[in-house]
Amino acid sequence: MISFLQTTGKRVLDILAGLGRSAQLLIAALLGVRYVLKNFHLLIKQIYVTGVLSIAIISVSGLFIGMVLGLQGYSILVDFGAEDALGQMVALTLLRELSPVVAALLFAGRAGSALTAEIGLMKATEQLASMEMIGVDPVKRVIAPRLYAGIIALPLLCIIFSVIGIWGGMLVGVEWLGVFDGSYWGNMQASVTFGHDVLNGIIKSIVFAIVVTWIAVFQGYDLIPTSEGISRATTKTVVYGSLAVLGLDFVLTALMFGDF
Amino acid sequence: MSDSDSLVEITDMTFRRDQRRIFSGLSLHIPKGKITAIMGPSGTGKTTLLRLIGGQLRPDQGEVIVDGRSVPDISRSELFALRKRMGMLFQSGALFTELSVFENVAFPIRVHTDLPEDMIRDLVLIKLESVGLRGARDLMPSELSGGMSRRVALARAIALDPELMMYDEPFVGQDPITLGVLVTLIRQLHDALNMTTVLVSHDIDESMSIADHICVLSDGKVLIEGSPDDIRQSELPEVRQFIRGLPDGPVPFRYPANDFASDMMGAES
Amino acid sequence: MTTRWIEVSVGAFVVAAGLAFIVLAMKVSGLDYRSDDKSTYTVYAHFNNVGGLKPRAKVTMAGVTIGRVDSIQIDPQWYDARVTLKIDNSMKNKLSEDTSAMILTSGLLGENYIGLIVGAEEEMIQDGGQIRDTQPALVLEDLIGKFLSSMGKE
Repeated sequence: MISFLQTTGKRVLDILAGLGRSAQLLIAALLGVRYVLKNFHLLIKQIYVTGVLSIAIISVSGLFIGMVLGLQGYSILVDFGAEDALGQMVALTLLRELSPVVAALLFAGRAGSALTAEIGLMKATEQLASMEMIGVDPVKRVIAPRLYAGIIALPLLCIIFSVIGIWGGMLVGVEWLGVFDGSYWGNMQASVTFGHDVLNGIIKSIVFAIVVTWIAVFQGYDLIPTSEGISRATTKTVVYGSLAVLGLDFVLTALMFGDF
Repeated sequence: MSDSDSLVEITDMTFRRDQRRIFSGLSLHIPKGKITAIMGPSGTGKTTLLRLIGGQLRPDQGEVIVDGRSVPDISRSELFALRKRMGMLFQSGALFTELSVFENVAFPIRVHTDLPEDMIRDLVLIKLESVGLRGARDLMPSELSGGMSRRVALARAIALDPELMMYDEPFVGQDPITLGVLVTLIRQLHDALNMTTVLVSHDIDESMSIADHICVLSDGKVLIEGSPDDIRQSELPEVRQFIRGLPDGPVPFRYPANDFASDMMGAES
Repeated sequence: MTTRWIEVSVGAFVVAAGLAFIVLAMKVSGLDYRSDDKSTYTVYAHFNNVGGLKPRAKVTMAGVTIGRVDSIQIDPQWYDARVTLKIDNSMKNKLSEDTSAMILTSGLLGENYIGLIVGAEEEMIQDGGQIRDTQPALVLEDLIGKFLSSMGKE
């Protein structure tokens, strides 16, 4: 019984210590903004790695999710004779929920795990330590550009996801199933508000970007520098990142759309 | 030996990591202008010692003094200035994988100086020439062999002509030819650049062959300190076991276990 | 992978996202300058019961959208609902004083919206004016209640 209490207590303390270290890292990296602006090429490189290289998976997923939404939405709405509302259904679903969430989940899997593995490998091969020995703070040089790049890249990917998804929904609904395209766009414009739907979706995406990238760089920076440690940290990035996105999504949705 | 002859002075230093005591009351000095080899079995915290000297870790107790200044107590900017005068070769080489060989060697120069690009170029080529890899300047670290990447890392470590050069296990995992090259390079660079060299290793022959001064660590303390001959002639059993590579001795071969016979009888205690 | 290519592709990425953002703003949310306050004028209408009417519901005439519901508040003086309508400027001075407004439902399960039917008076409703002739929303429970009581009489 006492040993159970001991291990539980130790685990709680470990979790708290981990949270503390990750908060320290986040603040230190965010304060590295001046270094990032001075070495702008580092940021560009990381936006390329996290953003540009994720465009393909984001576009393809966006297209298919939009098409599925078009198909499913039509089959539900047509029973009520309301297939004209397809546009608004597809657009609202994507803008409010699916784009920020799915883009963030894909981002955690594609870019987040790569970030963790890369930073972990730099730690394992003592690159971070040697950088420090040379007199460069690895938090500023390695972590900060990656964190900022993630925070910039994911909202941009989310916007692209939305547009491609809405276009995919139109492809199925209008071109294939014969919804009148005037009512597809017209209903959409009537029900989607810029401030409420579009901006809130982007705000969600920014929050997810901060959290997912934060988890990814922390897991990389804090891991045990062995091959097993790297593989475990990569898994943790994807699992924690996805759970954080889904959990936060509920909170954000309640805050943004919860007042009826 | 008086203080003025030492570049690094460690007095009564204790360091713990996760409850485990790595150093307890360690005192050690590294004489200026000589090659000091710090030796000891694996797990005695030799690499940790270098990090303590470099200010990457802070001791729990005691003093670490480099060139008259206490490393744990100085400000960030002073530490930055101090590190400019230190070079360190990491065990894995630790080349930055995203930069080319040239940029790797140029990295510390760019960080610490505002030299124009053509002067940086000249400096980098001189350093690469001194390790015989001027022709490899455009390669990426992933394209280098293990020995080559260690030599590039060496060129990077000496880029700013450090006064104190630290080598972390430079001989581990190298083929005999590379080993010979490294031993020669370390000696040559030491003499040419008028450095103080600290070498952490458990390779006895190589270390003995180039070191002027040797410290053997065991159990978080200095076991013996002196010239290679002093070490060879030492009668201490731990030292003799280490030097001759005997499997059993004061450092036991067996992990502590209960009686073998009763264990084999299947009695699960 | 040259630095140049990285820079160009990141630039293209940012431009693509910017264009996508403009599409979201203009084409999807219908955010355009015409829906500003300048291009609409305000008319009030009081209803006994607004049913499921929501802000941003459309205001139609002969089935054509001519405006939107801006806000719905309770009027503490009369205990009825005060609905603020934003009507397109093209309809300015074209709605007569006796225009009637009713709350309609699009389809069986569709959303509530307001339908306007123009009257015959010469006087026109001005900016900030009021529609007096209103019909409340049909509430299903009321209908059923009426139906049951008429059944009982027979």
